[in-house]
Amino acid sequence: MELFTNQVLAGIATGAIYACMALAVVMIYQAIDHLNFAQGEMAMFSTFVAWQMMQWGIPYWGAFALTLIFSFVGGIVIERALFKPLAKAPVLTHVAGFIALFAIINSVAGLTWDFTIKQFPSPFGSSPFLGSQLISTHQAGMIGVTIILLVLLFIFFRYTRVGLAMRAAASMPESARLVGINTSWMIALGWGMAAAIGSIAGMLIAPVVFLEPNMMGGVLIYGFAAAVVGGLTSPLGAVIGGFLVGVFENLVGTYIPGVGNELKLPIALALIITVLVVKPNGLFGRAIVKRV
Amino acid sequence: MTAMLHVKDLRAYYGQVQALHGLEFELQEGSLTTLLGANGAGKTTTLRSICNMIRSTGSIEFEGKKLDNKSTESIVRLGIAHVPQGRGTFTTMTVEENLQLGAISRKDTKAIGDDIERMYAHFPVLKQRHTQQAGTLSGGEQQMLAVARALMLRPRLMLLDEPSFGLAPLIVRDLFKILGKINREDKVSILVVEQNAQLALELADKAYVIETGRIVMSGTADEIANNEDVRKSYLGY
Repeated sequence: MELFTNQVLAGIATGAIYACMALAVVMIYQAIDHLNFAQGEMAMFSTFVAWQMMQWGIPYWGAFALTLIFSFVGGIVIERALFKPLAKAPVLTHVAGFIALFAIINSVAGLTWDFTIKQFPSPFGSSPFLGSQLISTHQAGMIGVTIILLVLLFIFFRYTRVGLAMRAAASMPESARLVGINTSWMIALGWGMAAAIGSIAGMLIAPVVFLEPNMMGGVLIYGFAAAVVGGLTSPLGAVIGGFLVGVFENLVGTYIPGVGNELKLPIALALIITVLVVKPNGLFGRAIVKRV
Repeated sequence: MTAMLHVKDLRAYYGQVQALHGLEFELQEGSLTTLLGANGAGKTTTLRSICNMIRSTGSIEFEGKKLDNKSTESIVRLGIAHVPQGRGTFTTMTVEENLQLGAISRKDTKAIGDDIERMYAHFPVLKQRHTQQAGTLSGGEQQMLAVARALMLRPRLMLLDEPSFGLAPLIVRDLFKILGKINREDKVSILVVEQNAQLALELADKAYVIETGRIVMSGTADEIANNEDVRKSYLGY
């Protein structure tokens, strides 16, 4: 039983990372209806930027804040330079764009900071959380940050004018233009927010997996799985999906013989396919009430 | 009187197909002008050209400003509210959020709450349904919501595309009554495109008739209503 609780708690902790990545994925999916394959690399790059600033002697939270700003602006720049011209292009063009972006960011990071793994500090430390052996303060911190992020996003989308405009632009672009919303900038804003959220995920996971250019590969696939489980259109769904995927992955790895650590990644892929076949809208996908 | 909206030599294209062939008309400030014409004559295209939602050439001036190269959203911000065919309702959002979206480009955020209350006074049914998802409203209610949303901009000019489309005759009467009231009391100039010529002519002060992308007739609403050809072609008696 203790093993079970332990695994569930650990699953929730890693799930927090998947939830963060899924939030970033959902932000861009809402804005442009595509999954950003380069989301993980953008997050990795941001994390390197944070690391570099700490190397230069900037304290953790200063570097954290500057990295958020850098990522937000960077996300907007990427959208303006690369994806705005592709706005009307077919899906495959977008996919090619994402893969190009993936390769470019990965290589530039490798070139600048090389491929050796680096230590990345945790702001929460790694002592046992509240004296419990099951979960560390860093893991508890990750869960806390994810939930705070979700609440902030909820408030932003529900109660601010910009949030309302972004939702309108995502759901009905033409009508949005007709009430005077600059839909093109709303998409750019979505990219900026997604990049900033991704950078938080990167900075939270780096203390666990160590910092190197390929650190986000597996995480992004879990993030996609979480977003798909949650329904791709719902930030709340993405977060719950993240926790579910984390717990599921851990339990399967522990209790099904032969899976172990090596086969954990295929579980995420199997989960994506199963959800898409059985319940394509995910658990929390947008349910539109229709008149009958 | 000066013309608020001035359209000259307007030519519009859908791909290779030309839909408007040098359309010219004007709208006086404070007027309620109607564009009449059969299906496919170019009425909707004209409205879409004004808001730069389709490729067009020619000159469109609103209060002395050229609109030709402006984006849709910046044209709207000049005070032109467009109620499109199909109403443009934000179906997944609540009625109240739809009204807030109507005012999203306004700077005077403090007055928005009062304006929402004014809309509820114009259209009491919207107040009853203010937390409901807009997609669940009936056709008539959605049309009222669309007009209310457009008014939330505090527009100088409102463009209405077939407001009577798909509505029961009684509801259309109500709606047109409210449009007349808005035109008179709130001093909103209105350009309405209609297939229901009879109703539009009762309401309007000025009318134009469009055929295959050209203006073929213009005059006061009374003149047009009493014209022999118009009566035969559009009024059916």
